[in-house]
Amino acid sequence: MNPSSVLVVGASVGGLAVAEGLRREGYEGALTLLGAEQHLPYDRPPLSKKVLSGALAPAQTQLRPEAALERLGAALVLGDPAVRLDVTAREVTTAAGRHLRADVLVLALGLQPRRLPGDALAGVHVLRTLDDAIALRAALLTGPRVVVVGDGVLGTEIAATARSMGLDVTLVGPQPAPLANQLGLRVGGVLARLHEGHGVVLRLGVGVDDLLGTEGRVSGVRLASGEVLPADVVVVAMGSRPAIGWLEGSGLPLADGIVCDARCKAADGIYAVGDVAWWHHEGLGTGMRLENRTNAVEQGIAVAGNILGKDRPYTPVPYYWTDQFDVKIQVHGLLSGHTDVAIVEGDPARGQFVALYGRHGQVTGVLGWNMMKQARQFRPHVVERTAWNDVVPATRSVTLADGPSTKTVAI
Amino acid sequence: MRVIVDLPKCCGAGQCVLIAPQVFDQQDDGIVILLDEAPPKEFHAATREAASVCPGAAIQLEEDA
Repeated sequence: MNPSSVLVVGASVGGLAVAEGLRREGYEGALTLLGAEQHLPYDRPPLSKKVLSGALAPAQTQLRPEAALERLGAALVLGDPAVRLDVTAREVTTAAGRHLRADVLVLALGLQPRRLPGDALAGVHVLRTLDDAIALRAALLTGPRVVVVGDGVLGTEIAATARSMGLDVTLVGPQPAPLANQLGLRVGGVLARLHEGHGVVLRLGVGVDDLLGTEGRVSGVRLASGEVLPADVVVVAMGSRPAIGWLEGSGLPLADGIVCDARCKAADGIYAVGDVAWWHHEGLGTGMRLENRTNAVEQGIAVAGNILGKDRPYTPVPYYWTDQFDVKIQVHGLLSGHTDVAIVEGDPARGQFVALYGRHGQVTGVLGWNMMKQARQFRPHVVERTAWNDVVPATRSVTLADGPSTKTVAI
Repeated sequence: MRVIVDLPKCCGAGQCVLIAPQVFDQQDDGIVILLDEAPPKEFHAATREAASVCPGAAIQLEEDA
């Protein structure tokens, strides 16, 4: 039986997807979207790229026009973070003292950036919210020397954007190449050369010891190697953690996120969606949590269906993309933990290629580098987990797993 | 229903092509091609899902009143 009221905690893309999914499926009951920020639901991927560069005005990140939000027939409660959850009563208390109760709760809480000690210094930024992006853009427009701490997707995007704005940019991170843990050394190396080719200074394979400051303002970054990088602006992009601190002690199962079953359910009448949801992927036979926009939407749609009784496990093919300089990178499937990599179309030297990733003799992921359509055309092999040897031509060389045993063999 | 695509926002994911191939296609460079700006009713549900899933938020729909 359908619930008569649904409360979605989190008014970003995942929360909105739940609300829209419910209405699309014919849900006519009460619907409330509770958001911690003041803004109407907006899109995050442009923040580190077009909003930072100024190509997109902050208002253009709004996900739906106001008329579409009105048609949704949902109560929007914004600028009021949730602070307490009563699991049994399914009641959320907010910072402003509201008590919101519903038959079904959906927790679409998103992430909080990890911080560094000493980041209270002026000139130190993180980038998660629209307000963060506006503040960082204002700082970049003063022409500072920029150090980006973090060699993941967000850090590399920010470095590319800041460099494209003509700034002196140094990218610092612990991996041997940007995104090496996900993409492997070979493609990570292509990414490193892309950044260096555009004038980003790389300090990789080294940790950060300290942020240095004078009179309350950041002046540099001291690396574990002892080197000091002078900086007027430091961006900390060292990953994030699920914004679930306020749920501790609620009785909800928490680990690296909100622990859910295969249907994204965490407790009776309580679901989780997006960055915070650690759920059991039945297709892959493992628990996982995905931090990307596509997952937030697809999981939101799946949860909306399950709320209305569809009772289906959520088994997505993960997908994310990143734009850096003139390169568009698309990733379908899972690359982490891969043992095989092969370039199956194009050529890294020509700036266009498709790389296939595999594990235990099966295709698990595909990456397109300025070959978006071709990458998508390999996606069925990821869905089917095609045998590696059936897809990769015998004449292609295959790089075995990165790490101590890295070697290239011809098969 | 009228479909509007905001080309500069398209990130080339092709999710729309997977969900509603009757309405969307991709150019060779990955950017979306709108095949039908007023799709017939049987494609409305898929088109709405494609608009919702679009990672670039590049697809907007004008629903008939």
